[in-house]
Amino acid sequence: MAHGAGGKASRKLVEGLFAPLLFGATPGPLGDAAHVDINGTRVAITTDSFVVKPLTFPGGSIGELAVNGTVNDLAVSGARAEALVVSYVLEAGLATPVLEAEVRAMAKAARDAGVRIAAGDTKVVEHGKADQMYVTTTGIGRLLPGVKIDPRSVRVGDRILLSGPIGDHGITILLARGELDLEADLRSDTRSVLPLVEALIHAAGPGIRWMRDPTRGGAATSLNELARDCGLGMVLFEDQIPVRDTVRGACELLGLDPLHIANEGQFLAVVSPEYADAAINALSLAPGGSEAQVIGEVCEQPAGTVLVTTLYGGSRIVDMLVGDPLPRIC
Amino acid sequence: MCLAIPGKIVEISSDNQDSAIVDVVGVRRRIDLGLLHEDKPLPGDWVLVHVGFAMSKISEQDAADQMNTLRVLGEIEGAMQEVKGYGLEDVN
Amino acid sequence: MRFVDEFREPELISKTAEEIRRLAGMERHFRMMEVCGGHTHAIYRFGLKDILPENIELIHGPGCPVCVLPMGRIDDGLAIAQAPDVIFAAFGDMMRVPGTQGSPLEHKARGMDVRIVYSPSDALKLARLNPEKHVMFFAIGFETTAPSTALTMMRAKAEGIRNFSVFCNHVTIIPAIRAILDSPDMRLDAFIGPGHVSTVIGCRPYEWIAANEGKPIVVSGFEPLDMLQSIVMLLRQLNAGEVKVENQYKRVVPWEGNRAALKAMAEVFELRPYFEWRGLGFISQSALRINRKYAEFDAEERFEVPGIRVTDPKAAQCGEVLKGVLKPHQCKLFGRECTPEHPIGALMVSSEGSCAAYHNYEHRKAAMVSLSSIA
Repeated sequence: MAHGAGGKASRKLVEGLFAPLLFGATPGPLGDAAHVDINGTRVAITTDSFVVKPLTFPGGSIGELAVNGTVNDLAVSGARAEALVVSYVLEAGLATPVLEAEVRAMAKAARDAGVRIAAGDTKVVEHGKADQMYVTTTGIGRLLPGVKIDPRSVRVGDRILLSGPIGDHGITILLARGELDLEADLRSDTRSVLPLVEALIHAAGPGIRWMRDPTRGGAATSLNELARDCGLGMVLFEDQIPVRDTVRGACELLGLDPLHIANEGQFLAVVSPEYADAAINALSLAPGGSEAQVIGEVCEQPAGTVLVTTLYGGSRIVDMLVGDPLPRIC
Repeated sequence: MCLAIPGKIVEISSDNQDSAIVDVVGVRRRIDLGLLHEDKPLPGDWVLVHVGFAMSKISEQDAADQMNTLRVLGEIEGAMQEVKGYGLEDVN
Repeated sequence: MRFVDEFREPELISKTAEEIRRLAGMERHFRMMEVCGGHTHAIYRFGLKDILPENIELIHGPGCPVCVLPMGRIDDGLAIAQAPDVIFAAFGDMMRVPGTQGSPLEHKARGMDVRIVYSPSDALKLARLNPEKHVMFFAIGFETTAPSTALTMMRAKAEGIRNFSVFCNHVTIIPAIRAILDSPDMRLDAFIGPGHVSTVIGCRPYEWIAANEGKPIVVSGFEPLDMLQSIVMLLRQLNAGEVKVENQYKRVVPWEGNRAALKAMAEVFELRPYFEWRGLGFISQSALRINRKYAEFDAEERFEVPGIRVTDPKAAQCGEVLKGVLKPHQCKLFGRECTPEHPIGALMVSSEGSCAAYHNYEHRKAAMVSLSSIA
């Protein structure tokens, strides 16, 4: 179970089993999407499965996640999604209105994101499997000019940018599960980040080293992966990391760290110092980017590690997520 | 087992005096007031919440006193140093 | 966040840190133990060690109820839950603690009905919602948590609920402190006293530490300013040769404790003659069990408990780390066979355990990080 949560165990599964057997001789670090060459044209392709429970929650539903998630994976790999294909695994007995609602949600999300849903497939499994529905989307896209994503290009002094507040989605889901007796005015942040990515590329393309959308495992996991891939240290300023009060409150109540919580409408970017100002300006002026912040900097030490510092000089290491983000009571 | 969080009581259940809703920066949680029988909190009071139970009322006065103490920390020392500098201590 | 943010104000923190440096001087080496796991966690989370001068050494005490729980008790709890139609309910902290056959989470993956709860009342609610099943609540914690477990059982009795029981592993803090002070390897100057346990037991139970053992103790809150202020208060005592119990956490801790909470505990619990603490051995009168009046809710009465004792691997030095004799990285298994992903000892599983905290926060920190200004 821990292997699906996005953190260390997931990474081990991917790197230890899938990558060597499936990806063969693919060199270099694993990214959000693959860029393949088809007769001289480079195309980006990615896939993702969505198994969220409950199906609907404040701010969205599985259908929207399925569209935005894949569009975002392509976007942060430096590509514009052109078409998605979708695969549904449905539990026998799933109420038709529920299915219809999700299909409508997907259609709308695709329109909003400017992407075509080109084809699909459906399978039905016995009652008791598939938790009502699982959705998989595969997207292909065109590479955006003027940007090249490569963790190995990250240098000391590069700035770490975050497009907006973290933790909204994961906490919304936790609360929506209803097991907690907690209520808050909180919505999932699911959205396509492509417009923001395009604004960023337009203003700072040559300076962009790396981007990622921090979904399962949160920003901490994404940055730890980067730190490992480039062998440098990621130093974050705690007070500059945007977190909504409600998310902070819920995390305090539950003993969770916002840096480990999933997001569905934000992305991280590492930008060279010369382009950092232009980058953050472009993001903050773009629609939906007003809460973007520079949250940290790439340093030589501590190598391969993410460090969070506070205004008063304290610091702590934030690791990748180990297992599921189990709330602390202690 | 020490994680406890301050929350503000926003509502006490009408049909169960031991059940209340606290607010922690906009997150609302139902908690049990059963351990505070001897000092019942009212809506607007702050309590310390641990594993879904209110453990203690938070004294705003004590919190304010503490902040004041911290703010003058070092100031009294500083004032003393200054006074010493005037050489007045030699005057009996 | 009110009553939280004020106590994290950077300017005041710097000021207090300065006062600490002034009081600590350069000559004397101070060894202070924070008893409670919550304080250990706070020290690492807020990077307090970076703010304190070199000559103040913080030693982590045994106040982490997950860490001191012998593996055999986890096995026992899981064994009970193997019975058909039993739901194993516990706090998140317990879920990854390894038993000999795996942790509760691992048992869940193998088909056991394991649920995370955030309150003992959640567990009771589960019992109400699942009348055809039995809910066994694996209770852990010091006196902070015991009253809530007690009150929950009182409610269960009043409601006539038949499908609920508690596997009680509540322990008490004073015997643990006594064991530390009795330990021959221990050299301590002062204690940072547990904050939330004290909301229940008050400050009186610590008076013997000052009177008989001659160690100052300051009952402390958990925010950075709380802990720093407590250290200021301890330094003042130590410099002046004073030895007393002080309450830094006045806004929350009543000197006399919480009578209703103590009454609830007395209603439901009694002291076990002895109990095994992982790493510390058997300590008498140090743990709670459910009394006869509430026997129907005692999982150990209702079910067969194997009662297997599991000794820790010899190489694991949990005991010495628990007592503060060894630092985590001095244990031979630390960071090698024993890591947060593959914990061998409980000190690595619980995020409050010294080893996990040390591993996550200190271990990979290289030399001082120099930061250029961030745009």
